[in-house]
Amino acid sequence: MANAPHIDVFRSPLGRARGRGSAKHGVGEWLATRIEAVALVPLTIWFVFSVIHLAGATHEQVVAWMQSPWVMALMLALIGTTFHHLQLGLQNVIEDYIHDDAVKWAVSIANKAICVLLALACIVSVLKIGL
Amino acid sequence: MKDVRDALMIARNTDGKLVHRPLSPHLQVYRWPISMALSILHRASGMALGIGTLLLTWWLVAAATSPDAFATAQGFIGSPLGILLLFGWSVALIFHFFTGLRHLAWDMGYGFDAPQYDNTGKAVLIATAVTTVVVWVIGLSVW
Repeated sequence: MANAPHIDVFRSPLGRARGRGSAKHGVGEWLATRIEAVALVPLTIWFVFSVIHLAGATHEQVVAWMQSPWVMALMLALIGTTFHHLQLGLQNVIEDYIHDDAVKWAVSIANKAICVLLALACIVSVLKIGL
Repeated sequence: MKDVRDALMIARNTDGKLVHRPLSPHLQVYRWPISMALSILHRASGMALGIGTLLLTWWLVAAATSPDAFATAQGFIGSPLGILLLFGWSVALIFHFFTGLRHLAWDMGYGFDAPQYDNTGKAVLIATAVTTVVVWVIGLSVW
C-alpha cells in the first residue's frame, strides 16, 4: 500500500521547528499596511478628482498642474504610500500561495525590486516635471 | 514520506497505529457567503491595481519625457482599449477602497456580528457601483 501512513524521516517535529520561528517584524509590516491604507483614503480621493480634472489635458496643462508644490507633495506621498502598500500586499499573497522556498524567495525579491523601480520612475518623473 | 514536513501530517491514534491527520476542508466544500467572495475579490482587486500602477507609471514617465511621448500615452488612454482598462482600474480602485475601509473597521473590532457583516458587504457593493457611475459621469462630462 503506497499510501499507507509511514514515517521514514527521523527528525522530530521540535528539531524541525527550532530556529524557524517568527522573524519578529511581522507586526510592523501588518501595521504599516493599515496605516498606509488610512493615508491612502484621502490621497486616493484627491487622486481620483485629479484624474477627472486632467481628463483629456494637454501636456502643458499637466506640467502646469504638477508645478504646484502641493500637487507635487501629494503626488510623491501617493506614490510612496501606494507602492509600499502594494509591495506588502503582494508579499502576503506570495507567502500564502507559493510554498517552494526557492521560488518564494525569487518572486519576493522580484516583487520588491519591481515595486521600488516603478516607484522611483514615478518619483523621478514627478520631480522632473515639477521642478 | 521523504519530507520532514509530511511527518507532521502523520500521527498515532489511540491504538498506536500510524494514521494521516485529518486535513481541514478548503474552498470547494463551503457555500459562498458574501464575506468570502468579497475577501477574495479584495485580494484580486489589489493585484489588479498592482498591474494598474504600470499605466500610472507610463503616464507620468511619458509626461516627464516629451510632449510627443505624452500624446502617445494620452492617445492610448483615450482609445477604446484604454478606456476599458481605465474603467476596470477605476472599479478595482473604488472596490478596494470600500472593502479596505471595511477591513479597517474590522481591525478596530467593529462589524463582526452576524447580520452586520452581511449588510456591510452589500453596502460595499452598492457603494462601489454608485461611486463608479458618479465618477464616470463626472469624468466623461468634463473630458
